[in-house]
Amino acid sequence: MRVSEHEMTTTAPSHQTHTLSVLVENRPGVLARVSALFSRRGFNIESLAVGPTEHAEISRITLVVNVEDHPLEQVTKQLNKLVNVLKIVELEPASCVRRELILVKVRADATERQHVLATLEPFGGRVVDVATDSLVIEATGDNAKLEALLRVLEPFGIKELVQSGLLAVGRGPRSITDRSLRAVERAA
Amino acid sequence: MTEQGNGTHSARVDGHRATVLTGAQALIRALEELDVDTIFGIPGGAILPAYDPMFDSKKLRHILVRHEQGAGHAATGYAQATGKVGVCIATSGPGATNLVTPIADAYMDSVPLVAITGQVSSSTIGTDAFQEADICGITMPITKHNFLVTKAEDIPRAVAEAFHIAATGRPGPVVVDIPKDVLQASAPFHWPVELNLPGYRPVSKPHGKQIREAARLITQAKRPVLYVGGGVLKAHATEELLALAELTGAPVVTTLMARGAFPDSHTLHLGMPGMHGSVAAVTALQKSDLIVALGARFDDRVTGKLSSFAPDAKIVHADIDPAEISKNRTADVPIVGDCREVLTELAAAVRAEQAAGRKADYSAWWEALDDWRTRYPLGYETVPGELAPQYVIERLGKIVGPDAIYTAGVGQHQMWAAQFISYEKPYTFLNSGGAGTMGYGVPAAMGAKAGRPEATVWAIDGDGCFQMTNQELATCALNNIPIKIAIINNGALGMVRQWQTLFYNQRYSNTDLQSRRIPDFVKLAEAYGCVGLRCESPDQVDSVIEKAMAINDAPVVIDFVVHEDAMVWPMVPAGLSNDEILAARGQRPDFDEGE
Repeated sequence: MRVSEHEMTTTAPSHQTHTLSVLVENRPGVLARVSALFSRRGFNIESLAVGPTEHAEISRITLVVNVEDHPLEQVTKQLNKLVNVLKIVELEPASCVRRELILVKVRADATERQHVLATLEPFGGRVVDVATDSLVIEATGDNAKLEALLRVLEPFGIKELVQSGLLAVGRGPRSITDRSLRAVERAA
Repeated sequence: MTEQGNGTHSARVDGHRATVLTGAQALIRALEELDVDTIFGIPGGAILPAYDPMFDSKKLRHILVRHEQGAGHAATGYAQATGKVGVCIATSGPGATNLVTPIADAYMDSVPLVAITGQVSSSTIGTDAFQEADICGITMPITKHNFLVTKAEDIPRAVAEAFHIAATGRPGPVVVDIPKDVLQASAPFHWPVELNLPGYRPVSKPHGKQIREAARLITQAKRPVLYVGGGVLKAHATEELLALAELTGAPVVTTLMARGAFPDSHTLHLGMPGMHGSVAAVTALQKSDLIVALGARFDDRVTGKLSSFAPDAKIVHADIDPAEISKNRTADVPIVGDCREVLTELAAAVRAEQAAGRKADYSAWWEALDDWRTRYPLGYETVPGELAPQYVIERLGKIVGPDAIYTAGVGQHQMWAAQFISYEKPYTFLNSGGAGTMGYGVPAAMGAKAGRPEATVWAIDGDGCFQMTNQELATCALNNIPIKIAIINNGALGMVRQWQTLFYNQRYSNTDLQSRRIPDFVKLAEAYGCVGLRCESPDQVDSVIEKAMAINDAPVVIDFVVHEDAMVWPMVPAGLSNDEILAARGQRPDFDEGE
């Protein structure tokens, strides 16, 4: 947390990186429809997270892409045309909270364990599994914080790394699901 | 369906009586409830359950085609001629994949089409089962939406939603894929069904502020053009277009997809813009100071090199699809809405401007426009001893007249059909504009004739296109669908050959079809139970067309053996600016006067 607030400016992605929150109907095939609109234009999706929302019939896709503004506008309009897409919001980094989760399996025997734990502390990471010569570490934060953590863990030896897509939510009281929910309830 | 006792019974559901139907029966019943009268298709294993109750339907006419591509284009022709949703049906695997081309075609040209496909049984989906293809996955980028129905009880709603999506907003194709076991299962049938489409909200009503701004620009402009696309036909807005054009006195151009949306004979009409458009239409757009785009999409075949298209023009862009606005050319005044509502409100707003004393003066503009169209009319060369294809098409239009429906394949004959027939009424020229699907002409004519049996329907086809889908002659002959086909037979893939002439040093690599020798189109027509005629010289043209017009109990095929070196002019070579238009080979128009 502390690290992430500090490093917000250094993580600030180039102006071409965009974070989209897409509310969709929770149905089979919707993710394929959404991702296909990016792939047919040759755009690489840098990060993707899909999961349920407070409403059972709505899923939320958080998508990070590196695209120039004009093609992004066209993709967004095409996304809006998908029958299963309810709403699209672009989240500006400055006005949203952004988090990723990593699980890292680090080489650490009894003699090194304390060093690893000390290294973790300023990052707020937790050990979630201990074996004789390894630890599994869980940490959340924005991309820059997690990269910083990985850099300091590297010397111990990273055996395995798994990272979630970015999750992001706007700051303040407003919710992007409110109005979409009404549409779903009306139709239901 | 209800009159069929076999397999139908009632049960108490939710406290009231609901008819229990098989999925197949529910499908047929839903189609009947949606007032479908004609379906084009071919049965096969997975869709077979649906064909059984169809056999008993008194309302549905199923036309058994010879290839699923024919079913798809026929449904498209039916939809374009009638304004209703076209329906085609096929089995799983190859049956469904044969529909892919017509689905893509309908998607590009925004045609309301519902394609129903059988799918292998639910338990075998994903196992590479016999005749399995993931048709929802395959058609994802070429449909407006598609459905894989997983429960029999969902069939009525899926079908109703498919028709709603296909026909509303910007029309387009929708696939409904139904596994065989779902067709065979039983469920209570409820009708009408409530649609559950929370994410589908097409906007039809334009924004008043944008309309007023557009009206202000129209009355301030010196050199405006109304750039009319297929959306005006889809919105049934041709009367409203005529009213706005006459109110403003602005010139009109109609794209390939909009031929017939504005009468060709009208003095405000400059013709078709684009790669093979008239010099006046292309140049009017190029030199305009205001383009009012109505249901058009700034296609590359219209704009030429985009960066140099109409450099001085402000753009008012009205379209029902927000994604079209500012896609290719940035709009100064974007208007999202149905063209009919847009045109109605725009006319009212222009009237208000005029009432306030702000009336535009386009007289200097018209002087230039009239000069261009007088000096560079559409024309063609004739070669002694050869039959000019343009002459054939021109005579056909004159003799057959503006009440007939004309379809075209894709290529030179299509461009000549767009140029040399005078379209006076909407929905009289059907062609494959966006996808450019060779083979569209014959099955589309079949579908148009099935939908409007009282109309005379002519397919103007090339010898290359004709050979891609001509097996539907059998369907036409057997189902009393007496269409007429003019094969413009130059023995070659003419448009490709033209490009080889102009851009590949006359190296005619693989464009010589030799179709003056093989096949014998007259014999082929006769073999299919049609009347076959041949015409090889200009003096035979009128009489052979009149002879074909007199035959109404069988399809007629005329083999017009035409000059192989005829070319389509004017032309803007691909990738060049519209300023580079050639009125004829090597002939650059001189625009210095009137500037």
